[in-house]
Amino acid sequence: MTDTHDGSVARPSLIQPDTRTRRRNAAEARFRACGLAAVVIGLICLAGLLGAIVMNGAGAFQQTFIHLSVHLDPAKLDKKGNRDIEDIKKVSTFGYAPLVQAALLQAVQDHGIDTPLTRAKDVKHLISASAPAQVRDYVVANPDQIGTTVTFRVLASSRVDGYIKGRVTREDVARDKNISVEQLDLADALVDAGVIAKTFNTGFILGADASESRPEQAGIGVAMLGSFFMMLVVLGLSLPISVAASIYLEEFAPRNRLTDLIEVNISNLAAVPSIVYGILGLAVFIQFAHLPQSAPLVGGLVLTLMTLPTIIIATRASLKSVPPSIRDAALGVGASRMQSVLHHVLPLAMPGILTGTIIGLAQALGETAPLLLIGMMGYVATNYPGGLASGFFDPNSAMPAQIYEWAKRADPAYYERAWGGIIILMVFLLAMNIIAIILRRRFEQRW
Amino acid sequence: MPVSWLISILLTLAVIGYFAGQARAMRSAGGDPRNLHSRPGYYGAHVALAGLLPALGLLVVWLILQPLVLDHARAATGNLIGTIAILGLMLLGCGLAYHRTRRDFRARNVIEAGVMALLIGAASIAILITIGIVLSLVFNTVEFFHLYPAGDFFFGTTWSPSFGGGSQLAVLPLLWGTFYISIIALGVAVPIGLFAAIYLSEYAGVRVRSVAKPMLEVLAGIPTIVYGLFALLTVGPLLARVFGDGGLGWMQAGMSVMTAGLVMGVMLIPFVSSLSDDILNAVPQALRDGSYGLGATRSETIRQVVLPAALPGIAGAILLAASRAIGETMIVVLGAGAAARLSLNPFDAMTTVTAKIVSQLTGDADFASPEALVAFALGMTLFVITLALNIVALVIVRKYREQYE
Repeated sequence: MTDTHDGSVARPSLIQPDTRTRRRNAAEARFRACGLAAVVIGLICLAGLLGAIVMNGAGAFQQTFIHLSVHLDPAKLDKKGNRDIEDIKKVSTFGYAPLVQAALLQAVQDHGIDTPLTRAKDVKHLISASAPAQVRDYVVANPDQIGTTVTFRVLASSRVDGYIKGRVTREDVARDKNISVEQLDLADALVDAGVIAKTFNTGFILGADASESRPEQAGIGVAMLGSFFMMLVVLGLSLPISVAASIYLEEFAPRNRLTDLIEVNISNLAAVPSIVYGILGLAVFIQFAHLPQSAPLVGGLVLTLMTLPTIIIATRASLKSVPPSIRDAALGVGASRMQSVLHHVLPLAMPGILTGTIIGLAQALGETAPLLLIGMMGYVATNYPGGLASGFFDPNSAMPAQIYEWAKRADPAYYERAWGGIIILMVFLLAMNIIAIILRRRFEQRW
Repeated sequence: MPVSWLISILLTLAVIGYFAGQARAMRSAGGDPRNLHSRPGYYGAHVALAGLLPALGLLVVWLILQPLVLDHARAATGNLIGTIAILGLMLLGCGLAYHRTRRDFRARNVIEAGVMALLIGAASIAILITIGIVLSLVFNTVEFFHLYPAGDFFFGTTWSPSFGGGSQLAVLPLLWGTFYISIIALGVAVPIGLFAAIYLSEYAGVRVRSVAKPMLEVLAGIPTIVYGLFALLTVGPLLARVFGDGGLGWMQAGMSVMTAGLVMGVMLIPFVSSLSDDILNAVPQALRDGSYGLGATRSETIRQVVLPAALPGIAGAILLAASRAIGETMIVVLGAGAAARLSLNPFDAMTTVTAKIVSQLTGDADFASPEALVAFALGMTLFVITLALNIVALVIVRKYREQYE
């Protein structure tokens, strides 16, 4: 019989695990928990990062404005009274500042706000330094309005903006020479009166960068154009070059030393630190070829060199996934090898190639380090490019370089702008990645 | 004449050449394309490209060489001669090709040979880039060592550049900062990334995997400037509150090795996890089944069978992550500080090779001074280190892949 139990030894039950099994099961559970914890930590990091971006950056999309009815005093703006545009232009922004300040004082009186601040000098710090220039631009454009009272929406100073948004607190103000507690009280009263209001900030998305002392005026629009022109260069160069290189390596290259060398080169280039590409760009394009510094063209060239390996690797994978039967069929009906590749394999591989290209572009869009070396740092991008050629050749910044620039400025008001810039950058990256995913889902064939 | 005009003239000529070539081929075939060797378009393309390619080539060469050879005063004459030469070459090429166009001319073979040459040219750009990197680093590095003794650079212990002269430019403090930050980053990324990969590839169900894996990979798609800002404005102040003056008192300011290391670790998590994931998936199922058959639990199988089998590949993945950590720039520029010092305290501010490349090459670009040229020597150091790591890692990973194929 198979029954060898003698009844004297207590056999452990299959249902009741013994100590050793329990220990092993506990180890199993611990190991599994470690794995789960790692995944959760990773996800928490992601959530923390995204949370920090949104929480810190959302403020940049709101801006505090002051609604002022400015009396354009002819005695100050057009002393001779003949409305000659040249005479009007002679009045600098300093001439306009008192008008704006007077308008604010007038608003304070009209709303019956009780404040110890009664002089123009006292309310100066509530208004952005850009306001007189804004009024002056209006007057120069419409000289016939001199003598009338015009309503303007001018920027509040960054301290008032920060106070309304809760970034600047009353405790901070004690050692701040740019704003006082009385001025903040006045700002509160003006908010109640509806003179100061917070609205959506189109100036941040479309505007130009501003000097270090006017964070309320700074926008990322010009840098966005710089990035756009760079991406045009990257797309125009890296797509054809990498498609050509991949076709050669995947379809035609004989197995020899040269091919090996190229392949090793490509896989190494993909892992070269991006800053090294910056050094290459500096030495070749600026030191040697004397291309202009800070130009989107140079930035685009450097980023092209950097993204080439990425796109080549994606393109080759995509060409490889086209089954050989397609090539065989084309060759069978009399096509040359070149025709079989260009007419049949390449179109079938195109969705994969485009997906890889978009991902490469997204990588290039967010890359900062090489741009710093070719002069995109420290450049205050205040001018919109005037046309296509100027877009490529005139100095400009790029979105990530602009964010870095803001992060380095001393005024904390710029930090908010930097986070806001990151939100915009991430929106672009997200859009590109979604397009890539849709392309892949819709068009990629499974063989 | 502006270049854009020249290019549009060339393109117009090419279009004319295309139709002329096609028409001539058709005439020679008596109007029936079946009598031609190639399809008519190839004859047209042959005429167009035979002129266009040499002309454009000459244009590029001229644009690059003229500023180097001619001084500014004679640029106008140079431009004129160049324009004439380019147009002449275009017409000559088109004319010759047009002359050769006949019904038995093998236009397709010629075109395909040309296209092939273009493809090979595009593929060799990879080699050109490497050569460009090496040359631009080597020349400037050699120049730097003419101005500054190599011994002091490699073995000195002080980094204090001053543009007035008398700088001490030693690489050791920078390398120390680089390695310290990288080690902390790997200390964060390797356990988390590896465990995440193990969990996702061995334990997680399809649904968890399909959500968690792309989410982790989002971390890899975030630009480094974002991580840099995160280090500077969020993690740094947070650490300073715990370890700084108000807390434990180990930390002077938000910028420190720890700040940069932790944030860089987060950046590397998806890198380690997706590479390890691939490698774990490449371990044959038969190995696992054998282990299960002997009664091992899942974790025992992973620890005693799968991981040892995947170890070379994972080592390669870690080396690749290390190379990425060493070459990372924005996080350390914003998060690690600017002071070069040899210290063991991870809460001190230190600086790295990449951060100093940025600080030495931005601002006044006077390429003749040793203070600027040192950046190229630093770049060379960085390039050599990362290249060595990459090559070793790639060799390991490739060998490992072949093992199970």
